[in-house]
Amino acid sequence: MITYLQNNYPEVLSDLRQHVWLSLVPVLIGALLALPVGFLAVRRRSLYQPIVNLGGIIYSVPSLALFAVIPAVLGTGIVSPLNVVVGLSLYTFALLTRTVADALISVQGQATQAAFAMGFRPLRQLFGVELPMALPVLFAGLRVATVANISLVSVGALIGTGGLGNLFTGGFQLGFVEPIVVGIVLSMALAALCDVGLVLALRAMTPWTRTGARA
Amino acid sequence: MITFDAVTKEFPGGSVAVDHLSLELPTGQITVFVGPSGCGKTTSLRMINRTIEPTSGTISIDGEDVTTQDAALLRRKIGYVIQNAGLFPHRTIADNIATVPLLNGVDKKQARQEAVELLTRVGLDESMARRYPSQLSGGQQQRVGVARALAADPPVMLMDEPFSAVDPIVRDDLQKEFLRLQSEIGKTIAFVTHDIDEAIKLGDNVAVLREGGHLAQLGTPQELLDHPADQFVADFVGRDRGFRALSFMTAADLETEPVTAYVDRQHDVRLVLDGDGRPAGWSVGGSPDLHALPATFTADDSLRLVTDLAITSPAGAAVRVDPDGVADGVVAHEAVARHLTSLRQGG
Repeated sequence: MITYLQNNYPEVLSDLRQHVWLSLVPVLIGALLALPVGFLAVRRRSLYQPIVNLGGIIYSVPSLALFAVIPAVLGTGIVSPLNVVVGLSLYTFALLTRTVADALISVQGQATQAAFAMGFRPLRQLFGVELPMALPVLFAGLRVATVANISLVSVGALIGTGGLGNLFTGGFQLGFVEPIVVGIVLSMALAALCDVGLVLALRAMTPWTRTGARA
Repeated sequence: MITFDAVTKEFPGGSVAVDHLSLELPTGQITVFVGPSGCGKTTSLRMINRTIEPTSGTISIDGEDVTTQDAALLRRKIGYVIQNAGLFPHRTIADNIATVPLLNGVDKKQARQEAVELLTRVGLDESMARRYPSQLSGGQQQRVGVARALAADPPVMLMDEPFSAVDPIVRDDLQKEFLRLQSEIGKTIAFVTHDIDEAIKLGDNVAVLREGGHLAQLGTPQELLDHPADQFVADFVGRDRGFRALSFMTAADLETEPVTAYVDRQHDVRLVLDGDGRPAGWSVGGSPDLHALPATFTADDSLRLVTDLAITSPAGAAVRVDPDGVADGVVAHEAVARHLTSLRQGG
């Protein structure tokens, strides 16, 4: 194992780097798209069910099939990393739209009523009151999406860009177990690291949740 | 002045919450909307700041129709306090109070500084400014709610059952402080409650609403108690309205007996004073353990308090004190009864 890493660490490192951005850029894009659509689902309640259903349908498309269809739709090359980015962005979007909508609904109550009655306009109320209050729920969804993306990137190896997934396909083809183990360990470590990062970020953004609340 | 002119609110589905309501809320006074559930009192309140839009009729503030103004800007000029305060859990107390000034673009530092000053105004310590709402008790949160409504110094305040969710002792404190505050700031206040006692205690004027959003009677608390317009108002005001009416009669004219008559008397129950002449308690049957007085009264208090003190005292008498707390007279409950009789014959 050590020998394998000593001989191959430049490749492993470049795979890891690719894995990081292939999985995290889509989280960012998906989240930015999910915010306005989730908000719309709350504002226009008649749209809530269709939007949530659409998310469910997108999420149920098998990832390998999605990665294979995207080049045909977008006209990107079959091995372009863009295919994976677009595919995972779609999954993140599908997962987070419902989270955003449900999180915004969950914070409706006395505080949002008061905000409205004190003269907040809708956008300011969203960014100043509702989103901050919804952060704990939003981050729960964000953690799931991030970890899911990190695990899904590997599938991209089958269409040429898969980050650490390249180690799996390479290992299988050559009959080596070392690259597979290294790939699994690094992939899990990356997921754990990102998860901890999100937890710490949430803690930093929500000091009000750790105040030893009274009943 | 807030004017309701034939205001009607019909909700989708046809239920009428408010039906041709016309009344005036005088400037600088507290007008209480009171009535049973479904009488449209909260709906009436919310139409003032357009969080609910009337179906027909007009509401105007100082002659200006509220529906002609930008709704968000209108609301920033109207303080708003609700049950459970509705504070923002993610903002510090100072930032909660500074909400409307910050919406209006006031400099953050200045808004926070003014918020801290308001804290003391509502009886809270400045050290609370950096805490979060969940660190405060319900009563403290409600005070912050009042401070938040006052922050932009609005001429008008709307209060929707602001003191209903706290326990009776805290409620009593909040009500007293609210009246003290109002005597300093003189806002035009619309106040909603389902509690007739609170309405009588706080209102300069009380509007009693009945189901379906009809105005049953508008008057001062005393008018309501003395001359209820109909059976509905009489029932709502309650059976013990005679006792409540004592709240509006002064104890100043009561005949008192000298304190010495109760201190020196040969009797099972004697009044004991401390070295400064302040009442220490009632001595019963020569026991060295004194019965503490529930309270004393001054000439400024109401007949209701005196009556209550007299009938709960072991001696059947209430002790009057001067501003220094020195006992200067005793009133037996028989004297209260005689006083009421003479009032009835005189009036």
